[in-house]
Amino acid sequence: MTAAAADPVPAKNGPTVRTTGVAKRIDVADLNIYYGAFLAVKDVTMRIQPNKVTALIGSSGCGKSTFLRSLNRMHELIPGASVEGSVLLDGRDIYSPSMDPVSVRRQIGMVFQSPNPFPTMSVYDNTAAGLKLNSKRMKRDQMDAIVEKALRGAHLWDEVKDRLDKPGSGLSGGQQQRLCIARATAVEPDVLLMDEPCSALDPIATLAIEDLIEELKQKFTIVIVTHNMQQAARASDITGFFNIGQSGDPGILIELDETDKIFSNPAHKETEDYVSGRFG
Amino acid sequence: MNPDPLIPFPEVGEADNLPESGPTDNRIPTWGPWVVVAGTAAVLGGLLALTAFNLALLIFGTVIISIFGIYLWARLIEGRRQAFDRAVTLGVTSLFALAMIPLVSLLYTVVSKGLSRIDAEFFTSSMRNVIGEGGGILHAAIGTFIITGLATLASVPVGIMAAVYLHEYGKGKLKRALTFFVDVMTGIPSIVAGLFAFALFAIFFGPGIRMGVMGSVALCVLMIPIVVRSTEEMLRIVPDGLREASYALGVSKWRTVAKVVLPTAMAGIVTGVMLAVARIIGETAPLLITTGAFSSVNLNPFSGRMDNLPVFTYNQYKNPGVPPEPYIDRAWAAALVLIAIVMVLFLVARFISRRYGTELRR
Repeated sequence: MTAAAADPVPAKNGPTVRTTGVAKRIDVADLNIYYGAFLAVKDVTMRIQPNKVTALIGSSGCGKSTFLRSLNRMHELIPGASVEGSVLLDGRDIYSPSMDPVSVRRQIGMVFQSPNPFPTMSVYDNTAAGLKLNSKRMKRDQMDAIVEKALRGAHLWDEVKDRLDKPGSGLSGGQQQRLCIARATAVEPDVLLMDEPCSALDPIATLAIEDLIEELKQKFTIVIVTHNMQQAARASDITGFFNIGQSGDPGILIELDETDKIFSNPAHKETEDYVSGRFG
Repeated sequence: MNPDPLIPFPEVGEADNLPESGPTDNRIPTWGPWVVVAGTAAVLGGLLALTAFNLALLIFGTVIISIFGIYLWARLIEGRRQAFDRAVTLGVTSLFALAMIPLVSLLYTVVSKGLSRIDAEFFTSSMRNVIGEGGGILHAAIGTFIITGLATLASVPVGIMAAVYLHEYGKGKLKRALTFFVDVMTGIPSIVAGLFAFALFAIFFGPGIRMGVMGSVALCVLMIPIVVRSTEEMLRIVPDGLREASYALGVSKWRTVAKVVLPTAMAGIVTGVMLAVARIIGETAPLLITTGAFSSVNLNPFSGRMDNLPVFTYNQYKNPGVPPEPYIDRAWAAALVLIAIVMVLFLVARFISRRYGTELRR
């Protein structure tokens, strides 16, 4: 399945010029993330490369999810939350005052920790939700094609093709999470953020999603937060390690490197302690 | 000798611990508590009959004595924990029965007194030119539906949108102030709502004006806060994950509210609206002073008095003619109809929430 060439999604109008489904690079510079006055993540500078899977690991509460949510401006939806610094999506600052957060989220999709299909919608409508909720006018067969492509891409098509009109919440947990991935990819974002997408799933469903991630990186830039270090080692190309001094201190990015290097020969002792299980 | 193979170590020295620590097969049979209550009632009833019979004393005494009775019985056979459990179970059940007495009594009275006038004529004729027997509630029922319908039509959009504002958009002082005033309005006495509507219309039409729509305005004042409250409650149980999922798809806030949040909460909101309608449909005081009483069908809420079921019931009972029986009978029958309407509304509300409710509490 190759990228955008045969893409049926019409170009979106909006303040940003976009080419659909092209993986983009993200450059984060000096990013400070706040909850009210509390500095949760301090001074992160990193480059997230296109068509690569970047995994973020670290202990609970070290700010990796917070960091992830600041990459598509979901963080600021929490009352009092704010961000300093810059996040450039292929050179364009998504935090510039003229940037519409809604259009940012159209280009940077997200999959959440617990599967959250819309309970009022069928499998079909869930998959097409990004298009339908934005009232995209398109022909039925065009929409059908997008839904099928997204569900096939999420390895879910064969399991649900006979019950597309059944509620999405009737699927199993692993199927629901793949449905959520299909929903996120159906709008053809450039970047896909995944916040512990497998933590609520059993090992078999987890493996299915890891395989899927491997394929999705052909089309998207993927950032995945995970607590599971084997998962980071298996599924990612690049790994970033976040840590926190004491509780109350901000989380910081300790190290970002090739996954192999992080797990075999990390530059920092803290990283080595964490990946080898000696921490705390 | 140990008849129960489930007790593994019968030779443990502290035998007095055994009944409470190990599994036991000594249970009072399921009919036990009933027998205790019935027996106590019979004995106490007999004793009271010998002196001076008193129903309240009989019920009260039966409850107290049988609680002690079941406690002692269970204490001897089952042990202390079960005995306490049985005493509390009986106590709670008795209190529940006590709470049910007024309800059952009310239903019984209304049904038994109202049933005699539930006939075709009652539903098909008004009180126009009726003196004495006959007559019906057609005009009042129509009035109730028009007045309540108008009130619902106005309150539902306002209430839902207010709740959406409060829960999805509002923040800071304005939200706190509005929440406070909604709370205050929930507790507003209904007669005050009626006086408000009366005073409002008196400004424009002069004192003494009576119209159906005035009643609707008064009912709106009562209904809007109820709708706001119940809708807010429903919006609150829509998981934030769904809102976030929608935002993450690049959907704007108002589309998220309109197409994800509201549909998810819709069954609950509709249920809340039905309950609000059930709550205001029996309001009497505000309608007495705003819609007035009238004996003929009036289909125009913007002109003239308009009778309705609560006011009809009140007037038939308060101002009967001679002989009073037909008037009193009509009052009971109208009250029965009103109760039936409320019950139907409750049943519809339950049906909607069962049938269309999305399972949000997981």
